Amino acid sequence: MEIKVLGSGCAKCNKLTEATKAAVEKAGVDATITKVEDMLKIMELGVMTTPALVIDGKVVSKGKLLSVDEIVELLQK
Amino acid sequence: MNKKSIYTLLLIPVWFLIYFYLESMTNWLIYDAIGLTEGKHLSKSIWFFAFEVPKVLLLLVLIIFIVGIIRSYFSAEKTKKYLEGKSLLRGNIMAALLGVVTPFCSCSAIPLFLGFVEAGIPIGVTFSFLIAAPMVNEVAIFFLLEDKNFGWEIALIYLTSGLTIATISGYIIEKLQLQKYVADWVYKVKSSHEETEDETIKSFDERIEYAIDQVKEIVQKIWLYIVIGVGIGAGAHGFIPQDALAPFLGKDSWYGVPLAILAGVPMYSNAAAVVEIIKPLIAKGVSIGTALAFMMSVIGLSLPEAIILKKVLKWQLIAVFIGVVATGIIIVGYILNLII
Repeated sequence: MEIKVLGSGCAKCNKLTEATKAAVEKAGVDATITKVEDMLKIMELGVMTTPALVIDGKVVSKGKLLSVDEIVELLQK
Repeated sequence: MNKKSIYTLLLIPVWFLIYFYLESMTNWLIYDAIGLTEGKHLSKSIWFFAFEVPKVLLLLVLIIFIVGIIRSYFSAEKTKKYLEGKSLLRGNIMAALLGVVTPFCSCSAIPLFLGFVEAGIPIGVTFSFLIAAPMVNEVAIFFLLEDKNFGWEIALIYLTSGLTIATISGYIIEKLQLQKYVADWVYKVKSSHEETEDETIKSFDERIEYAIDQVKEIVQKIWLYIVIGVGIGAGAHGFIPQDALAPFLGKDSWYGVPLAILAGVPMYSNAAAVVEIIKPLIAKGVSIGTALAFMMSVIGLSLPEAIILKKVLKWQLIAVFIGVVATGIIIVGYILNLII
């Protein structure tokens, strides 16, 4: 599974990265997490409100700091 | 509806109960339980603090919750779609209005700016949105409405002047043909127009959830400012003479408005917190026009936001943006000082 956290270094974006790491561990899935800070790449995904979460190329959340449990749920979908 | 939503809605009557008995509870706590003597300056200050802090926090929670529910019907994507292809002046007005209700955080200013530009929305219309979004704050409107020193007239003046500044500033920025001062790479942005799913349909549970998140987030961010603001108010209560500030920041002081705006620029705070700070100032003789100018400057003209925008705008455009908005606030401040 490939997970991307989109955001240009704002406080919420860093928190989302942390939460995502925790969620991957909790869900026990095999995933790589990358942070995308490049605005051009963020725009390519059609995201206007950061932080956003992308799982396997699909934007699953934007403009929201998800909780660990919410991310676990998204991972298991 | 799920359990969480039901519990949340059940809290609303509890809220009203606490709110309406707050004064008697404070009286009991301060004069009976702690036993302070009524009528003394110090007891008055302490009473004011003990009453005002929970009152403001209660109001804040309810107002953010209601606003959160309203906001859940809007999104940056919907706003963008709505503004696409709108003519100039009409686009500016719509952008300013949508700026008030669309969920927006200044940390998202860049992607939002890029998204708008990429969708072909004129720079001036985008600016109307970016100016109105922080400056006209619905939580601040409710706070002004609730306070007897302000009332609905002031709330209305704040709303219309903020919208006017946002509309006209955006219009001027467009007319000045400043597109060349947008960083070149901005025009190269290509964005996918694929709709992400479940964006349009939201259940009522999700709206409540969203509103609760908003309450948590904003209260966490600003409760301390409110305590400090009320604390200053309580400290000034009865100690600093009425109208002490009038000679400097009253309506007849010619430099009051620009001074207030300059003082506001380096500060960056939430509108609701600023309202708490300007309340005691007004009680000490600062005129409404000057106080509102200060408030709009704090929330509408912020150095941190200008620094964020530096990534996509050249300094000339940022200077024009700040200049135009500051001029608008100055005009509004002077007009209010003249008429109130």
